[in-house]
Amino acid sequence: MQQEKLAVYEVFIRSNRGLDHKHVGSLHAQSPEQAIMYARDCYIRRSEGVSIWVVESTNITASDESDIESFVDPMDDKPYRHATHYVLPDNVRSM
Amino acid sequence: MEAAMKAKAANPFAIEQQSPLSRFVLGLADDALVLSHRLSQWCSKAPYLEEDIALSNVALDYIGRARMFYQYAAEIEGKGRNEDDLAYLRDERQYTNLLIHELPKGDFAFTMVRQFLVDVFYNMYLEKLVSSTDLTVAAVAAKAVKETRYHLKRSELWITQLSQGTDESRQRILRALDELKDFTGELFEVLDWEAQLVKTGVAVDRSILQAPWDAHVQKLLAASAIDYQDSKLQIRGGRNGIHTEHLGQMLCEMQYLQRSYPKMNW
Repeated sequence: MQQEKLAVYEVFIRSNRGLDHKHVGSLHAQSPEQAIMYARDCYIRRSEGVSIWVVESTNITASDESDIESFVDPMDDKPYRHATHYVLPDNVRSM
Repeated sequence: MEAAMKAKAANPFAIEQQSPLSRFVLGLADDALVLSHRLSQWCSKAPYLEEDIALSNVALDYIGRARMFYQYAAEIEGKGRNEDDLAYLRDERQYTNLLIHELPKGDFAFTMVRQFLVDVFYNMYLEKLVSSTDLTVAAVAAKAVKETRYHLKRSELWITQLSQGTDESRQRILRALDELKDFTGELFEVLDWEAQLVKTGVAVDRSILQAPWDAHVQKLLAASAIDYQDSKLQIRGGRNGIHTEHLGQMLCEMQYLQRSYPKMNW
């Protein structure tokens, strides 16, 4: 079996009911069904999760490393976008 | 000859000397251990990493099952042997696994076809063994039946993928089926002493599983345009300690450490 024929899948595990699925890693498989099975064997064999999602990695659109400057830097000098920028008036008891 | 027969009669560990329950539990333990060892021989050699981990996990499931049955077998026997003695210090003729489990791992197709054939069997068998009147046997079965459902999902997927894959993968599946079909009949053969246990509800009547097993196997293979028919030639003897030439070699390797360095622990 040649590794090149396998697709890469990203694996997301929900560790408990009510929590979000979190990315835990990736693996090779020939089909989504098989990816789910491998995820079971590679990631939740010690009861680490109650639910598994797999997504073929090629289906993920990711931000470009070189874009990160224009994406993030402009936010640095705009502290008013953070809630912590504002002083809470004394009259507001709980928020 | 006479001396040999006397020696045999005097050996308290000879399989003929064991009670039906003891033979029954030991047989199930041997089935699990021998198959586990065959599966573990893929460790680090499977087609790719993910499958390596998955297959080793199946081997671990079987070794867990073997341990539970051996512990119980040692308890029933009550002659001071423990689970390790049973696994590592018995000879080929004292092993009573059904022959299909001991065949060499072969190529990956062979391993998966064997797994598929026994998985279908265990899904039906353990489902019934859960209701055994022997509570320990029932408890082990209840744990194993969940594992085996997953094993079957895995092996079915592989059989379908390889049967419908390339010419070569299909040929390998067909060759494996051809080699294995002479060893499936034994899965459904109830021995005399086992029949006593069936009557008391401890054991399962394996013979009634043959028809649903055939139907399941044929249906899955038919989906890949493979016509599966049971072989008229059936090789048997495992439960009586009569084995293929392969088990002795496997035990040599598996038992080497305990035989060379008795009582060694790590």
